[in-house]
Amino acid sequence: MSAVLIAPADVAGARRNRSWTLLAGLVLVGAVLLVALLSLVWLPYAPADTTGTRLEAPGGTHWLGTDKLGRDLVTQLMIGARIALVVGLGSVAIGAILGITIGLTAAFAVSWLDDTISAALDVVIAFPVLLLAMLIVAAQGASLGSVIVAIGLAMSAVVARLTRVLTKRVLGEQFVTAARTSGTRWPGIVVRHILPNIWPTLSVNLALQFGVAVLAEASLSYLGLGAPPPNASWGRLLQEAQGTVITAPVGAIAPGVALIMLVIGVNFIADGLRDVADPARKGSR
Amino acid sequence: MTNYLLRRSAFLLVSFLIAMVAIFVLLRLLPGDPSNALLSVTATPEQIAAAQAQVGADRPVLDQFLTWFAQLTRLDLGESFISSLPVWPEIAARLAVTVPLTLMAFALALAISLVAGFVAAIKADRWYGILISGISQLGVAVPVFWVGILLVSVFSVGLRWLPSSGFPRDDWADPADALRSLTLPVITVALVMSASLTRYVRSATLDVMGSDYLRSARAQGSRYTEALWRHGLRNGAVPIISILGIELATTFLGAVVVESVFGLPGLGSMLLKAIEQHDYPNIQGVLFVSTLVVLVIGFAADVAQRLVDPRLRVSISGNR
Repeated sequence: MSAVLIAPADVAGARRNRSWTLLAGLVLVGAVLLVALLSLVWLPYAPADTTGTRLEAPGGTHWLGTDKLGRDLVTQLMIGARIALVVGLGSVAIGAILGITIGLTAAFAVSWLDDTISAALDVVIAFPVLLLAMLIVAAQGASLGSVIVAIGLAMSAVVARLTRVLTKRVLGEQFVTAARTSGTRWPGIVVRHILPNIWPTLSVNLALQFGVAVLAEASLSYLGLGAPPPNASWGRLLQEAQGTVITAPVGAIAPGVALIMLVIGVNFIADGLRDVADPARKGSR
Repeated sequence: MTNYLLRRSAFLLVSFLIAMVAIFVLLRLLPGDPSNALLSVTATPEQIAAAQAQVGADRPVLDQFLTWFAQLTRLDLGESFISSLPVWPEIAARLAVTVPLTLMAFALALAISLVAGFVAAIKADRWYGILISGISQLGVAVPVFWVGILLVSVFSVGLRWLPSSGFPRDDWADPADALRSLTLPVITVALVMSASLTRYVRSATLDVMGSDYLRSARAQGSRYTEALWRHGLRNGAVPIISILGIELATTFLGAVVVESVFGLPGLGSMLLKAIEQHDYPNIQGVLFVSTLVVLVIGFAADVAQRLVDPRLRVSISGNR
């Protein structure tokens, strides 16, 4: 669960057709997204409906069976998809806004401030997202909101460091000097020259961070520090199904498969985006 | 190098101090008073005041911090609010589970990923090279607790080869027994960790294989394996070392999840319990030790990188 800055390029993948990666990623994430949207308007059963037989095997009335309280597993999984996406999007949004702001500040700051921010970021990054999130959730109490804030805050350090490095690189370019000379103010330079230039690399990283956030949320929920019931997070479903893994294996397998689908999907999208951002890399090596 | 060691040590010390202050402040943001943990809901104001005095919550925050810090310099981590037991022996007992778990998992993951990553790189066009790449791509998306649940269901519940959870009550009195308890947790962590490590090893190997210096060495008549060994190893090791440092720290702290799956009395489960109970001395104690471990690992990784690659010795953090 480490916070990966930029995962190494999948070189064997690069030799194969790369649009395939992006397509596969979009299909996987799209499937989860559709299920999540569908859950807003239709669910097979009410989330708290415990009328089913306990630990029923998959069948006609309950497609994937029921859990130990008699709740329908498909219903729980659909709600879980919604929670996973909300946590992913929410924490990436917080991490991006905060991280980009801090990173730009450090890149533009006088050297002592830059050094201080960088050192602080290095210390924060040394801790896994999960541990930071555990502490913040502990401080705020376990709720969906505090999970999102916690993961977003922990993520912002990684985004900030990357933004700082990328911005420094762009600041050394001649077109920035040219823009300065022609009278463009710094805010204009940030909006017109820096953000468009760092965005391709940054968006790849943010896609990867989305996957990290989804996994961190699942771990928090598994530990009992996630959103409380009736929020059926995939992590909590796995925690509840752990004791009945032999009698009702589907309950312990399906949430894990759903989780992997979503995380692999966003990782594929990140790989695909990397090639769009940097076509020169596609055929190289 | 001496100059670098001095500066890096100063950085280690300062970041440790900052982390300690941050942990202390963050904990004071926890809702509720720590004395609440000692009281029933029907406590009288006198009982509340007595409990606050007992945990020191009636004194100014700065005063509390200075007391705690003075204790730290004597390596005294205080006593638990809940059990009144000293924190340090408890942590030491927990470390006897978490440290072997981390190190064994790390060693196993390293062994797997060095071989798998290298094979995946030099045989990138063979079916098994592609298979290894595919599995490691899949592996980074798998939550560690899910691997644990599946392994338990197969090897403990199904085949009954290994215990599903717990740790011997007498710790390492019977090493074979303790090792049996750690086998599945170690395999769980190692499998997940080796997925991401394999990707890095493979990428570093591919970088080395495509490098100009390797081609030059070959052009000068060096055999391929010899060139890889003499020039590639050192160059390829540099990025790997920093990843290894991060992975080792992540495993140590991330042990909380796998300890939870297997019911192991490690440092992570101590932290989880302390957070639930608002037991500040225990939380601070665990964070003190884990922060120290993480920062020292980072220090060691940075120094090791500079021993391997003298070009890095100029800058302090290597990323600027």
